[in-house]
Amino acid sequence: MSDKLILSPNLDNADGFFDALARAHDGLEKSTSDALNARLIFLLANHIGDDEVLTEALKAAQTSGHNR
Amino acid sequence: MSKIFDVPLYAYEHSPDQDEGMPARHPVVIIGAGPVGLATAIDLAQQGIKTVILDDNDRVSFGSRAICFAKRPLEILDRLGCGEAMVKRGVQWDTGKVFFDTRQVYEFSLTEEEGHKNPAFINLQQYTFEQVLVERIREMQAEGAPIEIRGRNKVEAIGQHDTHVTLEVETPEGSYTIEAEWLVACDGANSPTRRMLGLDFDGQVFEDNFLIADVVMKADFPSERWFWFDPPFNRGQSALLHKQPDNVWRIDLQLGRDIDKEREKRPENVVPRLKAMLGDDAEFDLEWVSIYTFQCCRMERFRHGRTLFAGDSAHQVSPFGARGANSGLQDADNIAWKLKLVLEGNAPDTLMDSYNIERVYGAEENILNSTRSTEFITPKSEMSRILRDAVLDLSAHHAFAQPLVNSGRLSVPCTYDGSMLNSADALAAPDLTRPGSPCPDAPLGDDHLLNKLGNSFVLLTIDADAPDSFEEDGVTATRLALSARDDPSLTLKRQYLGDATSGIYLIRPDQHVAARRESFDEPHFRAALRRATGKE
Ligand SMILES: Cc1cc2nc3c(=O)[nH]c(=O)nc-3n(C[C@H](O)[C@H](O)[C@H](O)COP(=O)(O)OP(=O)(O)OC[C@H]3O[C@@H](n4cnc5c(N)ncnc54)[C@H](O)[C@@H]3O)c2cc1C
Repeated sequence: MSDKLILSPNLDNADGFFDALARAHDGLEKSTSDALNARLIFLLANHIGDDEVLTEALKAAQTSGHNR
Repeated sequence: MSKIFDVPLYAYEHSPDQDEGMPARHPVVIIGAGPVGLATAIDLAQQGIKTVILDDNDRVSFGSRAICFAKRPLEILDRLGCGEAMVKRGVQWDTGKVFFDTRQVYEFSLTEEEGHKNPAFINLQQYTFEQVLVERIREMQAEGAPIEIRGRNKVEAIGQHDTHVTLEVETPEGSYTIEAEWLVACDGANSPTRRMLGLDFDGQVFEDNFLIADVVMKADFPSERWFWFDPPFNRGQSALLHKQPDNVWRIDLQLGRDIDKEREKRPENVVPRLKAMLGDDAEFDLEWVSIYTFQCCRMERFRHGRTLFAGDSAHQVSPFGARGANSGLQDADNIAWKLKLVLEGNAPDTLMDSYNIERVYGAEENILNSTRSTEFITPKSEMSRILRDAVLDLSAHHAFAQPLVNSGRLSVPCTYDGSMLNSADALAAPDLTRPGSPCPDAPLGDDHLLNKLGNSFVLLTIDADAPDSFEEDGVTATRLALSARDDPSLTLKRQYLGDATSGIYLIRPDQHVAARRESFDEPHFRAALRRATGKE
């Protein structure tokens, strides 16, 4: 697996982004929240564009879950 | 009113084959007079190969089936002598609109390529399409072409041998046996041939039901393809409206999974659904209503000994993308010239393996595309619906999301990349015309390039020298000498030369590129011709 996906800290404003993301969901119905997340994923994915990065990101998401 | 699908087009007639003591042997027998069987027969007979079609019925296809025919099949039909008749009878369209809930989110246009003779798509009822093919056969018969179509001849049993295939055929006057050096099974998605030979047909079955209705109405909707996701008149489901000739409109309504098909098909249930879509005062007559579920399946191999499978018998797709009949015609296009060479002893029978390789490749592409469309249209899980709806919402606001909307990826021709018949690319010219590609059309004065290519091997030279023809082991390639200047629109140059100053293309009888190079290097082109005929 190549390593195009940045996995070291890279956010300009980590706490700020987390906060903004969480707040965007405040008071939303589950279905509205899910839709919001989905739109966000596509916006970010399009910005990235590179299929290798996206594939790696998908894999990283799949393998970094908390298995109970 | 007597409709075309009620009239016998090839009524049963007694054949002398039924009298003989010894079974008659034919070079090619085709089972099935659907679009693919008819086209294969025309192609073969037009090239002088005696062909018999057997069909268990005696008339065109019943009911709502194919309506959209793409440019490549129209080009193939031009070669078969009936493309213009199809275009004349069809409705042209080039705009598609996508609606989500109550609003339009996206509009696309199928750009007409400048200088191509045929439109990107026409809509035509499958029964008219088949009727035009049968008319073409009648015309060829009148000119003495060796083609025969036997109605109410049902194939009941098949025996495979090394040198031929034996067929047991049931007719109103009892059964008889005939033999074929080659059998082409174009007997549809439920192919009895496949079953009789015990062959598999695997893939994915989709659970959603679709009501497919053809209605006759005078309406002023434009001839565009309108596709709805989750519209108010069919909540949670999809819908499609598309125009056909003679004021017939195709309507697809997704009905969901567990439904009572018989009940849903009754006019008292269909009419209110259609009124909800078309408006209360819409006046229409139901021409045909069917309920379908769809599947994307294929055989593992399309050649089994001397039996070749083509069309839906070999591969079946969901209709989103109109890839069924359109790809079946490309099967026909691929089979005919190869069979001719093999039957006439000018190519080894292993050439037919390349049919399998090339068309399996095409089928995989079609299955991949129609499976993805079907999954977008009928999301399998809650999350895939959420993702789908996110794309639709975004597409109304941002152009980036529009290519993600998938209401059917419309049929485009297959490029046979990696085929054993291709020679390595030896010209720095556009990818569009690399070996394996179907030749794109170009205007040449009052005529078009594809019209000039015809049915046999061509050596297309553009601003390059070459002999008028050359023969290699019984196969001749004839030169078509052009100059980039012959096409002031520069389509020819743009497609076939790009930055190159000259180019020579070896083009197969099905108008796919076999090899290309800057100048005539005789050993190179001899080897390419051998390779393209399965001899290397
Ligand atoms: C709702 C719907 C919409 C579609 N829309 C499109 C579209 O827009 N564009 C497109 O390209 N495709 C479309 N298709 C697909 C298209 O209809 C098929 O791909 C096409 O009909 C396949 O042609 P075929 O000749 O392979 O088989 P068929 O048309 O199925 O013909 C098979 C023939 O074999 C005969 N036969 C069967 N068994 C025997 C036997 N034992 N002996 C003798 N004869 C036999 C049958 O009578 C029949 O005539 C659509 C299909 C559906 C259902």
